[in-house]
Amino acid sequence: MSSALYNFISSYNYYVIIFLMISGLFIVVSRGNMVKKLVGLALFQTSVYILYISPGKILNGTAPILDDGYSIYSSPFPHVLILTAIVVGIATLALGLSLVIRVNEEFGTIEEDELFDNELNNE
Amino acid sequence: MNEHAPALVVMLPIIGAVLIMLIRHNNLNWGIALISGISTIYYSIILYLNARSIGTISYAMGGWEPPVGIEYRIDEFNSLLIALIAIVSFLILVYARSSLNIELKKNKISTFYSMYLLCLGGLIGILSTGDAFNAFVFLEISSLATYVIISMGNDRRGLLAAYQYLIIGTIGATLYVIGVGLIFIITGSLNLYDISVKLGDIELYRPLLASLAFITVGIALKIALFPLHAWLPNAYAFAPSVGTAFLASTATKVAIYLLIKYLYLVYGFDLVYSNQIFIFVVLSLSIIAMFGASMIAIFQSNLKKLFAYSSVAQIGYITLGIGIANYNGLTGSTVHIINHSIIKAAIFLAIGCLVFSSKIVNIDQLAGLGKRMPVVAVCITVSSLSLIGVPGTVGFISKWYLVLGSLEQGLWVVVFALAVSSILALIYVGRIIELIWFHTPVGGMVSPNKMPFEMIAVTVLMTIATVYFGIDTRLTGDLAKIAVENVLLGEQL
Repeated sequence: MSSALYNFISSYNYYVIIFLMISGLFIVVSRGNMVKKLVGLALFQTSVYILYISPGKILNGTAPILDDGYSIYSSPFPHVLILTAIVVGIATLALGLSLVIRVNEEFGTIEEDELFDNELNNE
Repeated sequence: MNEHAPALVVMLPIIGAVLIMLIRHNNLNWGIALISGISTIYYSIILYLNARSIGTISYAMGGWEPPVGIEYRIDEFNSLLIALIAIVSFLILVYARSSLNIELKKNKISTFYSMYLLCLGGLIGILSTGDAFNAFVFLEISSLATYVIISMGNDRRGLLAAYQYLIIGTIGATLYVIGVGLIFIITGSLNLYDISVKLGDIELYRPLLASLAFITVGIALKIALFPLHAWLPNAYAFAPSVGTAFLASTATKVAIYLLIKYLYLVYGFDLVYSNQIFIFVVLSLSIIAMFGASMIAIFQSNLKKLFAYSSVAQIGYITLGIGIANYNGLTGSTVHIINHSIIKAAIFLAIGCLVFSSKIVNIDQLAGLGKRMPVVAVCITVSSLSLIGVPGTVGFISKWYLVLGSLEQGLWVVVFALAVSSILALIYVGRIIELIWFHTPVGGMVSPNKMPFEMIAVTVLMTIATVYFGIDTRLTGDLAKIAVENVLLGEQL
């Protein structure tokens, strides 16, 4: 019993990642409101940030700052990558939201069901 | 400067993009775009020649040595595609000025050039980088620029198409990053060459397969492989014509290269192709794409949408070669990447001429085009025939290699599928050709705008290329063979 509990706790962050990932993707697929879809997308992307950060932690390791007192450091590599990924995520979200603003100006609605039925599929 | 060519081919378009945003003078910016386009071609050709003479070039970006720093790896395969994309996108740029004046608002034209170059820089970056995460960043750079290009047209539905692509494209890129993350957890490296070495002595089979699945699906969304193609028809239909021609001839091709790179150079032939399910999935999706998309194309009334669905079908041919996975099949894929890029550029540029001269959007409006605009009509006819694979055009060369490849593997079903899908292509292309040449114009004839010389010249040049490379295959077929022999199948042969 205790070993099962230990397993669960030691990989707790991975369960969180999977939960966030699936709920983000589910929001993107199920919601018709364009802003809500983007929120889901942001959630989906954020879960990946944690996926990268998690394996960088090394047991008993400190923050990766050189100091005589410590010899084990967490890997700084994922942090650098995710900094880039966050920038990419912000750019995508900003572009998506500005597209939604333009859609609202042109069509007067941001509900996908109405928009796609009336505009894209009626030829 | 030549030793920095791997960095320059990526940097020159991006520097051009920044300059254009600062200057904001439409004609001056066209000049800047042309200059950065032609200098990119110059360095891409230097890269190819170097890769041919001294073999794979490894360039440490910023002086940080790989595998820690970002490495640009140029071989005979990706430098060939870099040169192709640089040349095609330069020709489209020459064509762009007059077409954009008609199709875009005046204050958007500078931004369009900027996004065009940014997208070009991103695509070349994906081709040249040897770093998994760097490839993701370039994927997003090119995709973000693509979303803006699609949304810019005068048709307001472009906004919806761009939004739809943004959602799907971001999911694709994120799935790709998840796959890369899994590889990173397994190997602790992001350098693709380093990963391919380290994967050799790793026993963890299941996480490896999971990462392969994530990366394949993520890139397949960008490729628009059949069930994941929903974004493509709308994006191509409502983007400005120049944007459509550019995207159709470059963006999906680059994503296909990325997939080939992962399958052959990172995971390696043995791991991927010992997995029967993987081959089955790729082959069957390709065949469904060839049939399904062609069937949908037959029933389209919007001209650009018809050819967009035909693009989905043609992408099926390219992935088919990846699934066949022998020398001839892969040569077929590589040749078809080049050929389809030329064909679709020719077709969409010709459609751009039609939009320019008489605002033609639907197929019915093509009636009697042969009498009104004979040059453009001939261009559309010839390049559409090339799409079917009529002997003497480039389409025939690609299909020839694909048929050879599937015969060698004993895949008779695939040969049959190739034949039948060509007949389907004949139906939708035949409909267009019939309207152009054998119908009289309906209603009042719109007096066409006079075509500027450079638009006609580029369209004709592209059309001639579809015939020329169908007869003389030294530049396409032979170079593709060399790329496949030396880079992809080096150890198998």
